[in-house]
Amino acid sequence: MADLTEEQKKSYWHYNVTLTTVLLVIWFVVTYLISGLWAGWLNQFSFLGFPLGYYMAAQGSLAIFVIEIAVYAYLMNKHDLNYGIREEG
Amino acid sequence: MSLAKIFGLYTICFLGVTILIGIAEQLFGLSPQWIGWIFMGLSLGIYVVIGIITRTSNPDQYYVAGRGVPAVFNGMATGSDWMSAASFISMAGALSAQGFAGLAYVMGWTGGYLLLAVFLGPYLRQFGAYTIPDFLGARYGGHFARVIGVVAAIACSFTYLIAQVTGVGLIVSRFIGLDFSIGVFVGLIGVLFCSVLGGMKSVTWTQVAQYIILIVSYLVPVVYLSYQLFAIPVPELTYGRLLQTNNTKAIEITRDAKEKETRALWKKDADEANAKIKMGNLNDAEVDKLKAAAKLASQQATAPAASDDAKIGRYLTVPSGVGMWNFLALTFCLMVGTAGLPHILTRYYTTPSVREARTSVAWSLFFIFLLYFTAPAYAAFARFVIYAKLVGTQIADLPRWITLWQPAGLFDVIDKNGDGIVQWADFVVKSTDFVVLSMPEVAGLPFVITGLVMAGGLAAALSTADGLLLTIANAFSHDLYYNVIDPKASLTKRLTITKILLVVTALVAAWVATFRVAIIVELVAWAFSLAGASFFPALVMGIWWKRANKTGACVGMIAGLAVTAYYMIGSRFYGVSWFGTQTIASAAFGLPVGFITIWIVSLMTEAPPQQVQDLVTSVRYPKSGQAVTGDPLGRDLPVGAH
Repeated sequence: MADLTEEQKKSYWHYNVTLTTVLLVIWFVVTYLISGLWAGWLNQFSFLGFPLGYYMAAQGSLAIFVIEIAVYAYLMNKHDLNYGIREEG
Repeated sequence: MSLAKIFGLYTICFLGVTILIGIAEQLFGLSPQWIGWIFMGLSLGIYVVIGIITRTSNPDQYYVAGRGVPAVFNGMATGSDWMSAASFISMAGALSAQGFAGLAYVMGWTGGYLLLAVFLGPYLRQFGAYTIPDFLGARYGGHFARVIGVVAAIACSFTYLIAQVTGVGLIVSRFIGLDFSIGVFVGLIGVLFCSVLGGMKSVTWTQVAQYIILIVSYLVPVVYLSYQLFAIPVPELTYGRLLQTNNTKAIEITRDAKEKETRALWKKDADEANAKIKMGNLNDAEVDKLKAAAKLASQQATAPAASDDAKIGRYLTVPSGVGMWNFLALTFCLMVGTAGLPHILTRYYTTPSVREARTSVAWSLFFIFLLYFTAPAYAAFARFVIYAKLVGTQIADLPRWITLWQPAGLFDVIDKNGDGIVQWADFVVKSTDFVVLSMPEVAGLPFVITGLVMAGGLAAALSTADGLLLTIANAFSHDLYYNVIDPKASLTKRLTITKILLVVTALVAAWVATFRVAIIVELVAWAFSLAGASFFPALVMGIWWKRANKTGACVGMIAGLAVTAYYMIGSRFYGVSWFGTQTIASAAFGLPVGFITIWIVSLMTEAPPQQVQDLVTSVRYPKSGQAVTGDPLGRDLPVGAH
């Protein structure tokens, strides 16, 4: 990391921590609240013929996890380039 | 030829051969047993050939596939490495039996990948070793942390491996009619050829081939059934309507007089069996038999809706109270276990770069998602078929799939009240595995599709066994022998030892599997809690907290393991119960203990040496010293412009 100044290192890491935190908050809300504690209440609504709570636990949450990881990979890879970190290979 | 072309061609050939077998079945009446043999021979043949083509003695190739696996292919390999016989054959059935509560598996086994993506995967790739204990050894200095890692890796992987080997034996014996123990050893040939000849390199490309077979065979029957019922070949969209139909039917069945009569008869059986147990003066074998009978009878006596005036069936009811706590705790344990299992983590060492490792986690989850997203649909279709096509039919005129699969002993139809009509309570499920196995017949598909499902189940079990076997052999040979016992061992000697250990481990696993110990299935669920409580805290703290030191990590891992193991054994055998938590969710206690112990003990002891702190720094920034200010394409990149 010879080419990054201490300040750049700090802001590089700060971005990473912020992104990670945001993704984990979404992960927590989707898994434990929407598909867990609130699922019974959400079941009164209907989505594509599914009770919403069940839908979120069976399909919605899974789709959100896939999107979250894809977003993480996209943003972090772009972030690396912005800092001029370009790996060989 | 590019990799995409090779595997594209392979997929087309595989589908072509399946169609040819189907034509042979229709035209020449090819028998089911022959179809079973052809599918098994064909798929094992493919794996052996891949093993021979990709054989290698280069350590980088052997341990981490030369770190040259592109993200998409590593994603597929992780997918089949991850999805075991349990995911493929048992999960849909378990969902059909457990309803909403079963969704903990679907969410837990996918959501864990987010933890892996943001906490571990890219950082481990940046560290770039061969095994997970390698990281523990370097980060926490000395052999002690490494050895704890080795013990935990072997404990988790070995129980898991036995379950896969058992799965192979079951599939082979069920479809081909070979004896279970012979089936186990036949399946091992496919595994050993790959791992012994080419280590991680062969295992990776075999797993890609196995993923393709397993996903095709999982999707075909349920897509076809969805098309048959709704004219839309996307089961994920159509099964919502089935859930509603199933609900209505569940309530109808709960209220029906004939059903009540049947349930009452089962209830009587259960009560009688329990009364006999209470009387005493029976030997253990008799008591066990009665207990099993009582359990079965009370299962049959349970109505599909909680009460006569219930608004929804039990199937969709969201648990509350202790049930909800267990649902959340189990989801959590499966997630941290997923992110802590060494055979999965090792796969992210094989990508060419940190960037590819990140992308690769996304692809992994996408490929896993394709199956898990479909599993609840399978469950709903199975329920629908039993409710709509079986309940109310004449005993003398059962659907074809019932008569075909009844001899396999997965389920039974017993006319309990003798009225000649099938009631819901007359359908006795002995193994929910029937859901996936009999689905092609339910959809009215020819036997060739059942053969395809067999090949898929075999691929799922073998691919996971491959990854586990390699993890165990490397833990012994690379971590224990090379790093701890004899660091001067030559390369040839190390690889030879690895190869011998692969064969020995496989044989021991097969030998243990032939005892058919019932507790194995449970042990697999335990492996997740053990991995979650031991590896996850030590790895995460090692990357995210520079202050975490050797003493903290070692004490933390042991404390996490000890609390988890104590609760597992205590709640399973000795009636220990904390908040009514179920045994498989034991890491709900062990994991926090692990984290807190590492934190407190690290703060109480001195900070890790500077070189270790530098290691943590280097892991956080991809490829040290590779920073460039210009882009090869000529664009100017702003350095640190954020």
